[in-house]
This record gives sequence, structure tokens and C-alpha cells, in this order.
Amino acid sequence: MNLLQRNPGLPLDLDWVLSVQANTSAIERRCKTLPGRRSIKKNHQAAWLLKALTCIDLTTLSGDDTEQRVRRLCRKARMPVRRDLLRALDIASERVHTAAICVYHEMVPAAVAALDGSNIPVAAVSTGFPAGLSPYALRLAEIGESVKAGAAEIDIVISRRHVLTQDWQALYEEMQSFRAACGEAHVKAILATGELGSLRNVARASLICMMAGADFIKTSTGKESVNATLPVSLTMIRQIRDYYERTGYHIGYKPAGGISKAKDSLNYLALIKEELGDRWLQPDLFRFGASSLLGDIERQLEHHLSGHYSANHRHAIG
Amino acid sequence: MKVNKILETMDYGTAPESSAAALKWIEERGADFGLFINGVFVKPAGRESFATHNPANNELLAKLCQAQTADVDAAVSAARGAQAGWESMGGSARSKYLYAIARLVQKHSRLFAVLETLDNGKPIRESRDIDVPLVARHFYFHAGAAVLMADEMPDYQALGVAAQVIPWNFPLLMLAWKIAPALAMGNTVVLKPAEYTSLTALLFAEICQEAGLPNGVVNILTGNGSVGEQVVIHPDVDKVAFTGSTAVGRHIRQAIAGQGKAITLELGGKSPYIVFDDADIDSAVEGLVDAIWLNQGQVCCAGSRLFVQEGVAEVFHRKLRSRMDKLRIGDPMDKSIDIGAIVDPVQLQSIKRLVDEGLEEGGHRHVAAIDCPSEGSFYPPTFISEVDPACRLMQEEIFGPVLVGSTFRTPAEAVALANNTRYGLAASIWTENINLALDLAPKIVCGVAWINTTNQFDAAAGFGGCRESGFGREGGWEGLYAYVRPSYQSTEALELIEPPQGSSETVEGSIDRTPKLFIAGRQVRPDSGYSTPVYSSTGQQLGLVGQGNRKDIRNAVEAAHAARSWAKSTAHLRAQILYYIAENLSVRREEFAQRITAMTGAATESAKAEVDLSIDRLFIYAAWADKYDGAAHGVPIRGLALAMHEPVGIIGILCSDQAPLLGMVSVLAPAIAMGNTCVIVPSQAYPLAATDLYQVLETSDLPAGVVNIVTAAHSDVVETMAGHMEVDALWYFGADGHSASIERASVTNLKRTWVNNGYSRDWQDTKQGAGKEFLRQATEVKNIWIPYGE
Repeated sequence: MNLLQRNPGLPLDLDWVLSVQANTSAIERRCKTLPGRRSIKKNHQAAWLLKALTCIDLTTLSGDDTEQRVRRLCRKARMPVRRDLLRALDIASERVHTAAICVYHEMVPAAVAALDGSNIPVAAVSTGFPAGLSPYALRLAEIGESVKAGAAEIDIVISRRHVLTQDWQALYEEMQSFRAACGEAHVKAILATGELGSLRNVARASLICMMAGADFIKTSTGKESVNATLPVSLTMIRQIRDYYERTGYHIGYKPAGGISKAKDSLNYLALIKEELGDRWLQPDLFRFGASSLLGDIERQLEHHLSGHYSANHRHAIG
Repeated sequence: MKVNKILETMDYGTAPESSAAALKWIEERGADFGLFINGVFVKPAGRESFATHNPANNELLAKLCQAQTADVDAAVSAARGAQAGWESMGGSARSKYLYAIARLVQKHSRLFAVLETLDNGKPIRESRDIDVPLVARHFYFHAGAAVLMADEMPDYQALGVAAQVIPWNFPLLMLAWKIAPALAMGNTVVLKPAEYTSLTALLFAEICQEAGLPNGVVNILTGNGSVGEQVVIHPDVDKVAFTGSTAVGRHIRQAIAGQGKAITLELGGKSPYIVFDDADIDSAVEGLVDAIWLNQGQVCCAGSRLFVQEGVAEVFHRKLRSRMDKLRIGDPMDKSIDIGAIVDPVQLQSIKRLVDEGLEEGGHRHVAAIDCPSEGSFYPPTFISEVDPACRLMQEEIFGPVLVGSTFRTPAEAVALANNTRYGLAASIWTENINLALDLAPKIVCGVAWINTTNQFDAAAGFGGCRESGFGREGGWEGLYAYVRPSYQSTEALELIEPPQGSSETVEGSIDRTPKLFIAGRQVRPDSGYSTPVYSSTGQQLGLVGQGNRKDIRNAVEAAHAARSWAKSTAHLRAQILYYIAENLSVRREEFAQRITAMTGAATESAKAEVDLSIDRLFIYAAWADKYDGAAHGVPIRGLALAMHEPVGIIGILCSDQAPLLGMVSVLAPAIAMGNTCVIVPSQAYPLAATDLYQVLETSDLPAGVVNIVTAAHSDVVETMAGHMEVDALWYFGADGHSASIERASVTNLKRTWVNNGYSRDWQDTKQGAGKEFLRQATEVKNIWIPYGE
């Protein structure tokens, strides 16, 4: 896996943005038929599930989070699968950890401490997450605080109103300033797609955020009524593909919220493989924002090995 | 492969569907099948067998029985024997059987799917997710149609025995499209599946047994094309339904000409796939996967001609090529395969030959950069750009996974390119502009148009084409009429009326009037320079009418063609003009009545009644002009399938002698009310009603060329009209036995024909002489699929 050059962004190109279309019915048809077109079984399924697991941003974003709770989650991130299962799969256990831990700012120091020596980055949701309506200066400052606290990745939320009012210039400038505030930390732009009204808006907002320097684009906060879906994902990754084809820069993709089944994760990976290619099947370019997905993957891995359906209590909770 | 290795490659691996159950099903039947006649499988002595293979690996699947003439007779006889009972049990009772069949298809869905893929080579995904669910849906829909028939189609009854010949590309689905409506409407069937792909039809025969279907209602004969031919030409068959190649369809049309059989043909296509610069380009690229790479491109309605607007063509072609390189071709039983095997080595060779020869004329070929199996019948996905209408590749149906493409500048040019074909089956139009989409769909000559989608099918929406893609619809209400006849239809022979003879004396004291032909809104002399005297019933000469010939027909068709914008006029305007014709005819009521009396000797009162009824007819079709609505079909998508009634185009009409004025007005009025233009050859015996009528037309604001009248002996012009390739339909009400020759000659462009087969029609009767039967003949149903949603 080669190290990628970071996206420096582009001047806002409104001609490009406004030429972008997204036909909902056609996109839905593609997504509906894909699971029937690609079936991943047996050893391949086990490998793909492990891949999915290593792409998880293991997340806790609750008002009742505590340092101890976060430490427990971090331990799970480092050791997400039972050792005996990995041995049976002939996979070195040090290869298998989640891609990151994702928490609120206040939990960043605890997470950084718990992950010390693991190479697992801490991602902080930021900029007045989830609504993004706190004072602009505070939102910028929040990014700085989290970076200072040790967050290597910042998940910002965009101002949905800029999309809904088609104020692309404002969206571009906001994203640019967030990116600047992140410094060396990588920035994921959360579009909150469930609140953008149309897939066309999702597509255009995706493109704007990439032009403004986003390293990743991400669907949702997990707090909207509709979070990650395959159609939204297809819409966003097609923009990533176009951006790559025009500029040569790889932008990452993170669906978040609502992905809790191992089978779903396979569909997402297949969609990425089909539309973006194998290079995007790595945690530097693809993440699942999820919490309960991991447990289902563990159960499926055990089933793969034992031939018997597994149970939750046989796997450690995070 | 080991898990840690796969983690590096992230390959899909294989996910083979087991063929064990289907192979066991074959084995349990000795891998040797008989014919399904009268509810049982039979294999009469002395029958030859032929082999059916799995095209993916060339392995022998089973031996099938080659039916012989005696078997065809037995099957038709069984169907005939069962028909009356099947029809008379009523729609509700029939519905129970259709429902049971639908359920059984679902219960055995995987067996059907696997068997289909084994026999045909299509990916298991398609047989499992597309074909078999559509089959079940078709039987459900028609179970409902059977129930509703009595109330919704009260004037209709079954045709009788249907002979159905189906192709190898959708073996079970085409069976369903044929059998379900036939049974629903009370017909019984003899079905001949394709030689390459008969197995699912034989499994279907078993579920007919399982459903307790009365013996003889469904009969299935396997064999080669000669069996199909024998089935369709069998004298005791009432209806022929064929799906397959245009060449065979043409042959069938000729072979059964004059037999009085109803016929529907669903033939070839070369359907356009049009992408505008404001389309969702990625989705349009993906759509092509469903358009031309469904079923290895062996789909009559495949979007096989790509037209991209110039401004986005380069980007589109680049995206298309990289999409192609992601397709997966191989073992059709693999659940991760997009493209399976070509049905047979013969078809594979045909594709190769067409492409290789076609490329000599130009074009830039891109073959998907993917691994293609070397064993079995496989052809890689191919896109040939820079192909122009002059190239064979743009004109001829390849029936394989080969897309050809060109570009266009404007919507008008897109329409021109799309319509530059002998076919007229389907079209896909990609644009985010609803104005553009809904403007274009009606302009493209086709039976099905898909907006921002492609290859969508459903039992509730009619499917079928025009031009050399055939005629008739399958599915929807419109499809049901292919399996019924009006119960009011006369079974009395039509008597020939000889024109009165007489002397050259004219009626005393009258000024000479010279009836001419009426072409392009002008009164013109016949090309021949000859005239024929018309005598009164008492032998006095009433006038001389021009002897129209083939050149007059040619000129009239030219005029009718030039007037095609009539189709775009508003229904309100057409209604106004029909009312105006009625009004002007009414003013000359006495004169027209006198003329009828003079020609036919009819009593004054009855002649007046004929004029009055003619005026009524004009009112009826003026009324219908803006009321013969289409439908918004309830298809299972978020969107609409709009069934629009479109005019057929140019209709040639040879009129009845029975009622010289009424017989003409009764056919002219529905034709023009629906937006057709026509070439009318009036009654031979009493042509003066027509030549008088053009004066009425001239004063009624009817645009020039909409109605053209050529007085002629029917036998002098009938072949010219039937063979004329610009004429879209031909109606025949004459009495001198041209039905057969019209059907035979119609194959030039496979025009629709409506002939009387020598039976009379009572023009005075409100059912026989007017109504929706006429409107259906005057229209094509175009289904426009419009998915929506933001």
C-alpha cells in the first residue's frame, strides 16, 4: 500500500459542480442489483469480513461516555477478534485492529492514552457536532483543541444550510477554513446526507468539500434519521472517482451510521471495489463509521470456522 | 485460496450455485423427454431425439423428442377438445388455475432458475432475480385478468386454440408471456419452445399437472423449426403468437396468410440508447450494463445503438470503457458473474461473423479487458464506437454483447438517428430534463420507451414493437386483446356486389361532373388517363370515375406522409374538424341520400338513414378523439408506465361496398380521429359517395393529405398498397377476396393488417360498425416508463 499524496484542494469550479447530476432511481437500481451480482462466500467471505473490520472507525458518541468506557472501547479496537479465531484463520493478530477510534473531543486524551503504542489513530468529531450550528469561531477553535489533544483525524460537520440554499461559495470557504484549522490532522467532511434533500445535493456537496481540501468525505453523523445508505454511497464515491480522474488525488470515503450487519459491510466493500477499485479497499481510503458492526463480523467469522451459528456473549464487548 | 492471501488480493472468488437439484430432476426423467400432449408426457414410437446442451461447457443435458406431424395434430386436437370447457368454466375458475401456476412457479423458483441457466447459459443472477420472478408476476397478473374479463371485456370471447412459438433467449419468460394471457382469456395452447432451450417448458408442463390444469389446455411440443411451422399453419389453430427473429416472423406471416388467424409478432430490434449532455452520466453508463449486457445482449429490445450528445461523448466513452473492464464473464452458475454463455456455438459464430465483417466498414472496437473463458460459448463485451448509420453494424441486429455507438448534436438529430432503422421496438432516453424526455419519447418509433432506465418489464405494461419489430402487445390490458375476438363479430359470408351495368346515357339535364382522385388536398386526374363509368341501379350512367393505379397510390402515400404532422395536432382540433365534416355533410344530406339511392337503388328513407348514421359516426369519433385515453399502468416501480395511444401512421383502407358512404365514413373517421393519415380506396361498386365526400372534406378545414381518396378497382391497387413500405397498416373490407394476398404482401415492412377474411360486417350495427375495436386498430400503444424520485 503506497502512501498517498494529500489532497491540496482546487479553486472552486462551479461549472464542474453544477454539471453534476444524480438520478435517484437509476442509482437505486444499481444499488439494488449489486448484492445479487456479487456474492462472496467461504474463505473469501472471511477475508472480506476481516477487511471490513480493519476499516472500522470504532465509535462511541454518547452523552454518557466516560474515560473508562472509552478505554474499554480502545482495548477492543486493539484486539477486535478472539485470538483463537485469528489463529484458525492463520492471520497474525497484530495485523488485525480497527482503523481508528472515533470519539467526542472530551474523550480524546483518554483514547490517545489507551491507544498508546498501537498506531491506531484517534478521530474526534468536531465543529459543533452533530448540528454544526455553534459559533463559527468556536467551531474552528474546537478543531484546534482536538488536534492539540492528540486527535490525528477530525470529523467535521458541514453547514447543511449552505447546501440547502445552494450557497456553494460559503460551503467551499467553510470547508477550506476547517481544513486549514486541522493542520496535519486529516479531515473528514461529514455531509449529513440525510438532511440534504436530494442525491444531487449530496453529489455537489461532496465535490465542493473535495475541492476545498477534504481528505475524506463521510455520509452522516449517525444522529440524522437517515444515515449511510448504498445509494448515498454510490453518489459520493462516483464524485470521488471523478475527482481522482481529473486531479489524480485519492479522497477517502466513510459511510457512517446504520451499518450493523456483516452482510451489509460486504455490499459496501463490493460497491467500493466495483466503482472505485481495489486501491480504495484500504483503511487509508475507506472507513466504516460503526459500533455494532464489529460484533456481527465476529459472529460470522466464528460461524465460518466452526460451521455453527455463534452468539453475542462468546465475543468480547467493547 | 487462504484467507490471508485473499486479504491481499480482495478477489471475489467463486460463488457457484449448485446445479445438483436440476441435474437430478433431469436424471430422474431419464434425461430423455417426451412431448406434453393432453395432460400427459408421451413419446410415440419412431420419434427421433435431439440433444440439448449446456452452452457454458458444451455438456449434454438431455435428449428431447422431435415432434412429428401426427404429434402436432394430436396436440392441436387436444387443445381444441379442451377449449370449450376451459372457456365456459368462466374467468373466476380459470383464475384459480393461473393463481396455482403462479404459486407453483414460486415454489419451484430455484429449480426453474437453475434449469434455465443450465440450458440457456444466462447468469444465474438473471434467471433467479429477473426471469423467474417476472414469470410468477405474469401469471399473477393474468389470474386477475381472467377474473375481470367478464366485466371489463364484455363484448369479447376467446379466439380458440393458440399456436405459440417462442425463442431461446428468455425461454420460460416468453412461455409465460404467451401462455398466461392466452389461458386467462379462455384459449388453449400448443406451445413450441426453442430447440436450444426446452427444458424449463417441460418443467412448466409438470407444474401444469401439479396445478391440476385440465388436460389439453396446455400442450408443449419440442422440436426444430419445422415443428413450429407445422403448429402455426395447422388449420385448426385460431391464433398465432410468435417471438423470434424478423426473418422467421416474416415467414410465418406469409405461411398463414389468408387462414383467418389472429397473429402477433414480437421480432427483432436495434434499439437506440440516447444520452444527453445533462444526463447523470455515471448512471447512463451503468444503464448500458442492463441494456446491452443483459443476457449476453441476446435481447430483442437490447439498447444496442448508443447515441451520445457530442459535448459529453468523450467522457462518456471513456467511462463506458472502464466500466466494461469491470464486468465479469464466465460460468453462468457463478453468482458473481455479469455475463454468461452465448446460447449455442452457432449463435457465437453468427456474432463473430457480423462483427468481423462489420468492422471492415469502419468503427473503433473496444473489447473489455477481462478474462474470457476459452472453453464454452463465450463472447467478450464489446463496444464499437464511430459507427455510422451507413454501416451494417448500425443497422443489423447482432444479438450479442456488442454495442455500437455514434454521436449527435441536437435532440432533433437524436430522433433522426434513432428512427433511421427498419426496427421499432424500444428506446432509452437519458436526460435530467423532463421537458426533453417527454418530448422525445413520443417521437421515437418504438413500442416501449424508457426514461433514465432500460430493460424494465412488467406484466401490467404492454411490450411490443412496430415496423419490422412486429405488431401486437404482450402484457397489460392492451396485451389481452391479442387473445380475444369480438363476440358480435359476424360469421356470415360477405357477398360480392357487382357494380350496376348500363348504357352510356347520362341522366338528362344534368351538367357533367367529373369525379377525380383526391390527393394532397387537391382533385387530380388519374395517372392512367382512363375512367370507368358508374351506372345507377337502373342502368343510367351517373358519371365517370378515374381508374386509379399504382402511381396514384404512390402519390397518395407521399401526400399522406407529408401530412404526418396531423398526428401532432391536438385531439381537440381533430375533434373540431370531425364535427365540421359532420356539419357540412349534414347540409348536403339530401344530395348524398339521393346519390346512394341512385347508385344502389336503396329506398329514400334507408339512404337518408345511411347519411344520418354517417353523420353520427363522425360525431362518435369526434367524441373519441379527445377521450380515447391511454393509461398509467401500475408497474412495480416508483414511477409511471404511461401507455400512450399513438396513431399507427399511414393507414391504407379498401372500403366496403355494403354501405358506400357509411362504410367509408366508419373507417375514415376513427383513423383520422386518432391522428393517422390515410389512403382510401372507396367502394368499387359505388364509388361516387367517396368522390362526393371529398368536396365535404375540402370545406371542412381538414389539412391536405390527411385523407387521400383513390378510386380504383381493388385488385388493381391492393398489392401496391399491401407492399408499400411507407404504409403502416392496411384495412380491408372489400368482398373480392384479397385478405390472403394482403397478409402475404404485408411482409415487406411487416405492416399491421386488418382484413375481413370474407366475413361481412353490418355497418348499421352500432357494435360491428363503430367503437373501440376501430380505435384499437387505429392506434399503437407505446409504454413510456418514467421512474421518478429525488
